[in-house]
Amino acid sequence: MDAPSVVHAAAPPASTRIALQGINAFYGEKRALFDVNLEIPDNAVTAFIGASGCGKSTLLRCLNRMNDTIPGARVEGRILMDGTDINGADIDPVQVRTRIGMVFQKPNPFPMSIYENIAYGPRTHKLVSTKADLDELVESSLRRAALWDEVKDRLGKPGLGLSGGQQQRLVIARALAVSPAVILMDEPCSALDPIATAHIEALIDQLRKHTCIVIVTHSMAQAARVSQITAFFHMGKLIESGSTDQIFTMPKVEQTQDYITGRFG
Amino acid sequence: MTTPAASPMIGARRLHVGDTAFRISLHIAGAIVVIVLLSILAIMFIGGKLAFDTFGLGFIWGSEWNPVTQIYGALPAITGTLVTALLALLIAWPIGFGIAFFLTETCPSKLRGPLGVAIELLAAVPSIVYGMWGFFVLAPFMSEHVQPWLTATFLWIPPVGDSFFWFTAPPIGVGMLTASLILAIMILPFIAATTRDVLQSTPQLLKDGAYAMGATRWEALTGVVIPAVRGSLFGAVFLGLGRALGETMAVVFVIGNAIRMPDSLMAPSATIASVVANSFPEAEPGTLDLAVLLGLGFILFVVSFSVLAIARLLLRQERMS
Repeated sequence: MDAPSVVHAAAPPASTRIALQGINAFYGEKRALFDVNLEIPDNAVTAFIGASGCGKSTLLRCLNRMNDTIPGARVEGRILMDGTDINGADIDPVQVRTRIGMVFQKPNPFPMSIYENIAYGPRTHKLVSTKADLDELVESSLRRAALWDEVKDRLGKPGLGLSGGQQQRLVIARALAVSPAVILMDEPCSALDPIATAHIEALIDQLRKHTCIVIVTHSMAQAARVSQITAFFHMGKLIESGSTDQIFTMPKVEQTQDYITGRFG
Repeated sequence: MTTPAASPMIGARRLHVGDTAFRISLHIAGAIVVIVLLSILAIMFIGGKLAFDTFGLGFIWGSEWNPVTQIYGALPAITGTLVTALLALLIAWPIGFGIAFFLTETCPSKLRGPLGVAIELLAAVPSIVYGMWGFFVLAPFMSEHVQPWLTATFLWIPPVGDSFFWFTAPPIGVGMLTASLILAIMILPFIAATTRDVLQSTPQLLKDGAYAMGATRWEALTGVVIPAVRGSLFGAVFLGLGRALGETMAVVFVIGNAIRMPDSLMAPSATIASVVANSFPEAEPGTLDLAVLLGLGFILFVVSFSVLAIARLLLRQERMS
C-alpha cells in the first residue's frame, strides 16, 4: 500500500509565475521605472498600488510587451515568465500577448457582435477547427466571465450595445477565450459604477483559482478586497511588497503607511 | 468690515447691438451658400431645358453626337466620365490606402512629417500642370511602351459584344486609360490624406485591445480597425471619385476629345467636363448648341452631387454608431 499522502494544513505555497529582475523603463529621456524586483505568484491576485505617475501602469504594460507599441519606450531587465525571459531575442511579442491577456481602463469591445468579440482570439490564433468547437468555446468563455446568462439570447447583437459593466466582462471573456496563463488588468473598474464594480471583483476572485492576475488600481479598498499580494510604488520605485494583509495592517515602510492611510504628499 | 455695493441680480434687458449685427451677418453668410447653389442648379436646368425638351430621355441615352445634324446624345460623354473616374479610383484606391497605412502604422516618425507634406503638395499641383505633363510626358510614354505591351498581353480577353475590345486599340497615347492615370495621380493625395485622418482617429484603446489579444499589425488593421471605420473609408474614396468626375483641364489634354462610344479602354473619348470646355467657345447664345452644353452641366452636377451625398451619408453613419 502506498504511503499516505501528506496533508497540508495551509494552502501550498504559491509558485512564482512571473519574476521581475532589475526592471528599468524609459519613455524617451524620461525614466519611468527604477530597478524593480518582484515575484508574482500563480493562482493569486497581485495588486499594484500607488499615486498617478508612480509607474504601476508602465510596469503592467511591460508584462505583455505592450510598451513595444509606444514609440520611444524602452525596457531593461529580465521578465521571466515560467523561467523564460519574455524580452528574449527569440521571443515573438505576439506570442507573449497570446499567453498574457489584458483588460483596460475603459471597456474596449471590438465593433462587432458579442459572439465575434469572443471568437476573435480563437480565430486569429486558429485554436479551434469546427464551428461547434467555437460555439462551445464562446459559451464557456462567457460563462467564466459570468456574462452568459445576460447575453445568451443576443450573441449576434453588437458588443458595444451592452452596459459598461457588461462590456468590461465581455472583454474579460474575450481574453479568457485564448486561455491565457496571466491576466493583466489596468484599473478595470475605473469607468464603472459600484454595482458593476462588485460584479467584476467577484469575477476576479473566481478567476484567480486558475490564473495569475495582476491588477493596477487607484482604489486601496479594491486592492484590499481583491488581492492577496500588494506592491506599492512611488516615483517609479517599488517601495514595498508583501501579502495584502500585511501591507494594509502593518506596512514596514513609513511611505506605504502614509499612502494607505491617506496621509500622502 | 465693509460690504461691497450690492449689484442688481436682475437688471433691465440691455440691447446687444453688436451681437444682433453679428447674428444677422452670420445668417447672410449662410444664406449665400444656399442661394448660389440653387441658382447654379436653376440656371443649368433652365438653360439646358431646350436640350431636354428636344431629345427627351434620348439626351441622356442617345449615343450619337453630331453637331452638323444637330443630334446630341450625351451617352458617350457620360460613359467617358464614369469610366475614367472609376478606373482612376481603381488605380488610386489601393495606392492611397497603402500610403495611409504606411503613414499611420509603419512609417518611422522622422519621415512622417515630410511625407505628409509631400502628399499635400501633390494635391496643390494645378490641374493645367498635370495636363501638360500628361500630354508631353505620360502620353508619349504610354504610346511607345505601355499600350503596345497591354495590347500584346491582354489580346486574349474576349471583347464585349462586337464593339468593345478592352486593350486592343491603336497606341496613340491619348485616351481614356491615360486620362484615368492622370486622374488617379490627382485624386491620390485626397484619398491618402482622408484615409490617414480616418485611421488616425481610430481610438488607441481599440488598437491596444487587438494587440493585447496577440494580433499582429496586419490582423489588428484588417480585423478590428478597418471594420470599425469602414464607412469613413468609403467616404474618403467617394470624395476622390467626386473630384475625378468633375476634373476638366487635365482631362482635356490627354483624353483625345472624341465624342463617340469608346471601343476600347485606350480609345480617345471625352468626358462631360471636357466636352463643355471644348465646345463652349463656339456655342452661340440661344442656340440648341448652348442648351446642350448647359444640360450636360446639369447632368454632371446631379452625378457629382449624388456621389458627394453618398460620401456624406457614409461618413455620418460612422459617426453615429
